[in-house]
Amino acid sequence: MTTVIETWALRKQFGSTVAVSDLSLCIRRGEVFGFLGPNGAGKTTSVKMLLGLVEPTSGGATVLGAPVGDRRSRARMGFLPEHFRFHDSLTGREFLRIHGRLLGLRGAPLERRIDDLLARVHLLEAAHRPLRQFSKGMVQRAGLAQALIGKPELVFLDEPTSGLDPLGRVLVRELIEELRARGATVFLNSHLLGEVEATCDRVAFVKQGRTVRELSLKESTAALEVELKADRTDSSTLNGLRNFAHDVRLDGSIVRLRVKSENVVPEIARWLVGQGIGIHGLGSRRKSLEEWFIEVMGEDQRPG
Amino acid sequence: MDGLLTIAQLTWLEARRRRIVLAGLLSGLAFLLVFASAVYFAQHYGTPAGEVSLLQQQMQLQVVTLAGLYAVNFLVVALAVMLPVDSLSGEILSGVMQTIASKPIRRAEIVIGKWLVYWVIIAAYIVLLAGGLVLLMRLITGFTQQHLPVALALMWLEASVLLSVAIAGGVRFTTVTNGIIAFSFYVVAFFGGWIEQIGVMMGNASARYVGTVISLVSPTDALWRLAMHLIQPPAMAQVQVTPFSPVSVPSAAMVWWAAAFAIGVLAIAVRGFQKRAL
Repeated sequence: MTTVIETWALRKQFGSTVAVSDLSLCIRRGEVFGFLGPNGAGKTTSVKMLLGLVEPTSGGATVLGAPVGDRRSRARMGFLPEHFRFHDSLTGREFLRIHGRLLGLRGAPLERRIDDLLARVHLLEAAHRPLRQFSKGMVQRAGLAQALIGKPELVFLDEPTSGLDPLGRVLVRELIEELRARGATVFLNSHLLGEVEATCDRVAFVKQGRTVRELSLKESTAALEVELKADRTDSSTLNGLRNFAHDVRLDGSIVRLRVKSENVVPEIARWLVGQGIGIHGLGSRRKSLEEWFIEVMGEDQRPG
Repeated sequence: MDGLLTIAQLTWLEARRRRIVLAGLLSGLAFLLVFASAVYFAQHYGTPAGEVSLLQQQMQLQVVTLAGLYAVNFLVVALAVMLPVDSLSGEILSGVMQTIASKPIRRAEIVIGKWLVYWVIIAAYIVLLAGGLVLLMRLITGFTQQHLPVALALMWLEASVLLSVAIAGGVRFTTVTNGIIAFSFYVVAFFGGWIEQIGVMMGNASARYVGTVISLVSPTDALWRLAMHLIQPPAMAQVQVTPFSPVSVPSAAMVWWAAAFAIGVLAIAVRGFQKRAL
């Protein structure tokens, strides 16, 4: 699979403040990649470095096969910034026209593309109004259309649903699915973990400007956890359970196991019965991204 | 080049939609109305024509025109500072620049595209105000101003220097700070010009030297003085009887220096913007 973004020891320092200390990522074509971390972890600065808006202090990166900031590769990217502020005296249509022209689009194909996108983000009827008369959600949807106008191969979405109502969030999920379907890569910065869980193939956790963990969500075996309540949880029972799981720990009266597949659960039940151990409860569940987030970031992390 | 033209189009649209162009137009017309009224009443209710010689009358009309152009020059200076003062700094601070600069466009095209549009707006403003003023003088009094194009070109160059300074400041500073710096740049030149004049009048070489150095650091006032010198009849310029007849006239080299200064500061703005974290 082709690598779309590759970074190695990417670092950005503003004076004495280290915004990103050591970012190493490898993102493949067609992936929807979630970039997670608390406020101030360096997520937005990382995106800006990948877009050529901020020059790295050290380290390196390639985006779409070219060094970061390369002008030709920027023509194949789309970007919705976190604070989605645009030239608000422009009408919705003018706004998209200017951004389309900056990507080299002209004439009838550009106008058709603008019409399609305005319809897709439900702004066709408001297209003649200046952006300053738009609601926050409408501006964000216009920003989304702007990010997609050049049919990008790689789209950076920085908190794309922060100003949207539930229907707007559904729209973003659909747009991401459409991008995935046509083979585009999506780099998603979001605090809404449920949204990331629903859309992303893979996530990276970033803490204090450093990638601390990567996790595949679609084929995550590490995320499947079995909870067992039994009448005997001594060390020999736990040792026996280790034959079925790669991580077994006792949490009060509950045994928690990380297993490779849900198919293991009946085998565990059969083994427990065979050992004469009474089962009071046995079930499997996938660990939520929020639980992962808290685990990876650590209990000491304070809201930013 | 396509990127530059698109930025120019965007800058023009913004200037129009934010009613900057309309405000400039209306304030310019208001100024011309006030000026025309003053000249009309002075012409019709002032000293009867027979009581002053034709030469004196021409000199009076020339002084009135120079006073009008002095006011025009100040309005042009204000426009050259205020028009671009928020352009880069505001867009950087608000984040508006992020979506623009992430497109396949050179950052130089962003800076130069904006500069060019403001440059043309300023030129149109000079032509409207100064041209209108001279036309009104001719219609009301019959006075014809000589050598107007060269004076307007020098005023345009003066505004170009200030435009470059305000654009360059916008790369590094916030809007208010940039405005203060750009306007101070003009005020320093204004006082430098006076120091030089006083130095020449009093035969004080040091004061003249200080004034000249200030003119090199900030050449705006020198350009205005040169424009005033060239626009008035040689006899009147040599007699130096009006506040608009400079005692110390900058050389033609100052024009080249100012042009190089405007281009150099614009190049610094481009370089600074290329390195600027957005």
